[in-house]
Amino acid sequence: MARYALKRLLQMIPLLLLVSLISFGLIKLVPGDPAVVMGGSNATPAEIDAIRRNLGLDQPVWQQLLSFYANLARGDLGRSLLLGQPVAEALIERAPVTLWISLYSLILTVVVGMATGIVAALRHNTWVDQVVSVVALIGVSLPNFWLGLMMIVLFSVWLGWLPTGGYVAPSADVVGFLRTATMPALALAFLQIGLLTRITRSTMLDVLGQDYIRTARAKGLPETTVVLKHALANVMIPVITVIGLILSVLLSGSIIVETIFSVPGIGSLLGNAILRRDYPMIQGGLLFVAAGLMLLNLIVDVLYGVFDPRVRVDGRG
Amino acid sequence: MAAVDLAPLHRPGLLARLRPGRTMRRLLRNRAFVTGAILFGFIVVVTLLAPWISPSDPNRMAIRFRFREPSWEFPFGTDNLGRNMVSRVLWGGRLSLEIGAWVVGLNALFGVMLGAASGYFRRLDGPLMRFSDALMAFPSVLLAIGIAAALGPSVTTVVVALSVVYIPRTARVLRASVLVVREQDYVQAARACGAGDLRILLRHVLPNCMAPLIVQLSFVFAYAVLSEAVLSFLGLGAPPTTPSWGILIAEGRGYIREAAWLTAIPGGAIAVTVLGLNLLGDGLRDVLDPRLKVDAR
Repeated sequence: MARYALKRLLQMIPLLLLVSLISFGLIKLVPGDPAVVMGGSNATPAEIDAIRRNLGLDQPVWQQLLSFYANLARGDLGRSLLLGQPVAEALIERAPVTLWISLYSLILTVVVGMATGIVAALRHNTWVDQVVSVVALIGVSLPNFWLGLMMIVLFSVWLGWLPTGGYVAPSADVVGFLRTATMPALALAFLQIGLLTRITRSTMLDVLGQDYIRTARAKGLPETTVVLKHALANVMIPVITVIGLILSVLLSGSIIVETIFSVPGIGSLLGNAILRRDYPMIQGGLLFVAAGLMLLNLIVDVLYGVFDPRVRVDGRG
Repeated sequence: MAAVDLAPLHRPGLLARLRPGRTMRRLLRNRAFVTGAILFGFIVVVTLLAPWISPSDPNRMAIRFRFREPSWEFPFGTDNLGRNMVSRVLWGGRLSLEIGAWVVGLNALFGVMLGAASGYFRRLDGPLMRFSDALMAFPSVLLAIGIAAALGPSVTTVVVALSVVYIPRTARVLRASVLVVREQDYVQAARACGAGDLRILLRHVLPNCMAPLIVQLSFVFAYAVLSEAVLSFLGLGAPPTTPSWGILIAEGRGYIREAAWLTAIPGGAIAVTVLGLNLLGDGLRDVLDPRLKVDAR
């Protein structure tokens, strides 16, 4: 098991190098002089010069690349123009907020998505199945930020049940966390719930048609045991494979959902950086999120090996 | 080039060739496809007709009529400057769909080129796929936002950013089917007859890979419409004077307490479009490429 994990970790290195190269190349896409764009319209030539020197933009590209990797090796992602704070520090400060909301959203997704998918499969071809399928399809078609705005209208403006934004850490006050984080987490989860419901439903239908399910029923086991013990274990496998994808979409969505609900996480940090053309922050933030996601995917893959021993044997993943 | 006519050697392989007549009949019997086609078709037609059917210029202001709730006179209400939301939503849809169409077109072109190259020529496969792995390691919308932020806000930016994000995914779909098709007997036969790589690829391999590509492109269209809204909402898309659905939502956000319809209606339009495209894609997949069937039962 440890060897499998180590192998996967080593495989990650070339990919990480390419990913960092892409994030380095991003600033080369800026049309014209990035220093002028970042300085804004009121910047004096001296200020623009300072930005240029700070970012090393006055040096040849190969030298910029070398110092980019040298800094990266030390965990230095540069300094934010907007906050005057090291990018890595700002990201790490805010990471827990985004992680808590993503975790909450992930739990909502897995619990609701699997439950509705299983119920739809068990009630195959009834009105329950139809309703679940239609709602799931609508779920994957809604823009999540629009859903967030509509929830604000309904739950904050009209009903007055929940605050329109803000954030309370769960370690400080669990109820406060639930009050502030439920709408962002739900807005993020909705699309994923639709996706997971569809996957769970079709897998469950497959599994229910298998011989071992018929055997279990023939043995006279109660239906709940058949579903919860024999079928569920096999439904988990495709669910775990899509968790990586779900996390990726959750993190993508956080940039806009956090902005809407003014949640002080990585998403709103990047959202602000984009509005103000804070390139070091955009670059560093993208790299940070991509690397974090690769690590999460690695963990998911290893877990996959735990659940499905076949993966370990032939080394696929 | 071989002078032998290879057409009789074509057999329906794993990926059946498109047969227009039969395929059409099966599509028309598929409920998901028909519903999706009606929804999406409706949106396409009304947005194309925007110059003729919108009641006024989308940017004409009439302060006297500001913040009118949806009514018979103004079915979608009016905004903070008294602009008629029917016109703005129709014209906004034009831009959103135009961007989607560009992204689909570029995906078809470059997705096919890159996918065919890496599926057919083994030497290109490694580097191309590693590079696409790296692009796909970024969460899709996040990468599009990063690229758009670097390029600066414009419609072209949105098209380029979304294409860069989705082309590797389309190329992967095509590569997977090329890998299957190129092992088929009729490809061997064509090679035995002395056909060159390019001829084999264009005449024998690619036509048999169309089904998964069409399915993929319908989903790319749906993603593109959704992501365009995100980019425009963040101020990375078209300038605020030209409405797109994302920009309308962003504008409406400031008045969400007193005029929720300004946000609700453009978002609803996006939802109907994307729902139509998803249904269309599901239906196409069931009919054209049953092996990929996820939940069609």
